[in-house]
Amino acid sequence: MGNEPQAAELEARASLPGRNQDSTLLSIRSIAKTFGKPTVLHGISLDVAEGEFLTILGESGSGKTTLLRIIAGFEQATSGEVWMSGGRLDPLPPYRRRVNTVFQSYALFPHLTVEENVAYGPRVAKLPAEEIRTRVGEALAKVRMEGFAKYKPSKISGGQQQRIALARALVNRPKLLLLDEPLSALDANLRRQMQIELKTLQREVGITFIFVTHDQEEAMVMSDRIALLHAGELEQVAPPDEIYSRPATAYAAQFIGHTNLLEAEIRNSVARAGGLSWMVQLPDGRATFSLRPECIRRAQGSDAVSVARFRARVLDHAFHGASELVRVQVGDSQILTVRTADRGRLRGDVELEFDAGDAVPVRGPKE
Amino acid sequence: MFSRAYKVTVSLPPVLWGAIFLLVPYALMFAYSFWSVSESQTIVHSWSFANYGELLSKPVYHQTLLRSAWIAARVTLLSLLLGYPVAYLLSFHSGGKKNLLYQLVIIPLWVSYLVRAYAWKTILGTDGVLNTVLQYFHLTHHPLEFLLYSPFAVVLTLTHIYTPFTFLPIFASLEHIPRNLAEASHDLGASRVETFRRVILPLSVPGVLAGATFAFVLSFGDFLAPLLLGGSSGIMISNIVVNLFGASYQWPLGAAISFCMLALVVLLLWVSERLERKWAYS
Repeated sequence: MGNEPQAAELEARASLPGRNQDSTLLSIRSIAKTFGKPTVLHGISLDVAEGEFLTILGESGSGKTTLLRIIAGFEQATSGEVWMSGGRLDPLPPYRRRVNTVFQSYALFPHLTVEENVAYGPRVAKLPAEEIRTRVGEALAKVRMEGFAKYKPSKISGGQQQRIALARALVNRPKLLLLDEPLSALDANLRRQMQIELKTLQREVGITFIFVTHDQEEAMVMSDRIALLHAGELEQVAPPDEIYSRPATAYAAQFIGHTNLLEAEIRNSVARAGGLSWMVQLPDGRATFSLRPECIRRAQGSDAVSVARFRARVLDHAFHGASELVRVQVGDSQILTVRTADRGRLRGDVELEFDAGDAVPVRGPKE
Repeated sequence: MFSRAYKVTVSLPPVLWGAIFLLVPYALMFAYSFWSVSESQTIVHSWSFANYGELLSKPVYHQTLLRSAWIAARVTLLSLLLGYPVAYLLSFHSGGKKNLLYQLVIIPLWVSYLVRAYAWKTILGTDGVLNTVLQYFHLTHHPLEFLLYSPFAVVLTLTHIYTPFTFLPIFASLEHIPRNLAEASHDLGASRVETFRRVILPLSVPGVLAGATFAFVLSFGDFLAPLLLGGSSGIMISNIVVNLFGASYQWPLGAAISFCMLALVVLLLWVSERLERKWAYS
């Protein structure tokens, strides 16, 4: 199965390309977590840079929240270490870490006003009253909630509570801010607006964000890098465009956007899958490829060897706003999804093509 | 939505219940408190404030009333001091044993009040368990007399009996506190002690108020514990009321004292309700 090279490869991908070690803020080293019998995290290693916006993306049960809680200190790892700014973080209790969290349900103190909620951290830290006032004012201004200082949390909307939760964390000037699906309770429109606001805010304050979500679109919009977690293991850690265009695994390719997974047989630098064949530079054998629906287009009569051309029969159309997803059948059994902007024009028997380079080899599902 | 006939039918039983068993008796009691008893031991239906005057002028009445309130206050304080830590530990730090421990706290409520009061008699008496043990270890040479038939015995017994009543509402209010609030507090730099002081305690105030009200109101009107364990120094106002309605046949004076007790309790409930509303956060 070759587990070792995979782990090494993951480690290489997880460390930051083009950044030196000094800029690493947080270093997660071989973190594993078991709750009784089930293993939730299997030896996760991940470096996060100063000022980075990293998203931990995964479906529910992938272990993403557990990983976040280990960084915050609410959960102890079964093995492994967490380092921050050159010191061990994992032995410290949560209240001794320069890490703050924005909780999924905000966890605002219901008996305190908005202002008192934001002032909580500075007050506990026994900052001078004058400084507390300035900081709270600044923090509320940053999230545009100055007008609500005297309100109780139950009197403001979900989106406003979300902003207060953010202000309450940022006012402490943490080195690292953890966000546990903070937008999941908001409706779609507000959510999109908050995604942009959050990203802008993160650039402004320059604090490292680790953002947990199950929403791949959200991850794509906001992140500098995405760490894709699946069943307690890192599938891929890469910037959004890279994870989309060069997915490392079949799971990554399927989880992020639509894709066609092709089980191909390679012989003499030609890959064949069903009725398709294209040029590859890989050794002979079996391999899985990911081919994005938008990489397939109507044949344009090119003779280049790098273009794979094939005939297909259109099965059905699904309307997706600006584009359309068309299912086509190639040969006897192979079905591909094609994304096209020409709505309704792809009908009957058609001739299609794709660039061989767009079929990306991925690690298949684990046996 | 619902027909008029339906609404009337549904609300009639509780309204009748309240009228027959609360309103009418209280009205009667209130009326009695202005009447008097003749030489020939009949109730005279003439209106005067004489009974209230007697209550104020005779020390035995108003002093016993005050002593009862003082005993009730001590019981309240003690049962809060006992009930709160137990409720807190059970709610926040009992791990998987919460249900079992909860049952253990509740079990005394299944035992008859009378049995529990009698149990203290056998513990505190001159040849009771406690004195026997103390003398066996030569800690005292004579049995301690003050243990039984004293306000001490009454406070002790009432505390034992009413602590579960303070525990329950406090436990309920603690169980109500979202757990991520404690995490948020730790996350913002507060230690456990500080988190308790700034978050847990303020949010459990409604439970504390409800528990304190239970303990005070119930022990203030208690008459069995002082009867069994109070002796002459531990007598409480309810014992006097029982006596006035019984052997001494002074119903009007008994009614006047009862009405004062009722007024005090209602005032207390009102204050507690106001405070609870002030501290409620939703």
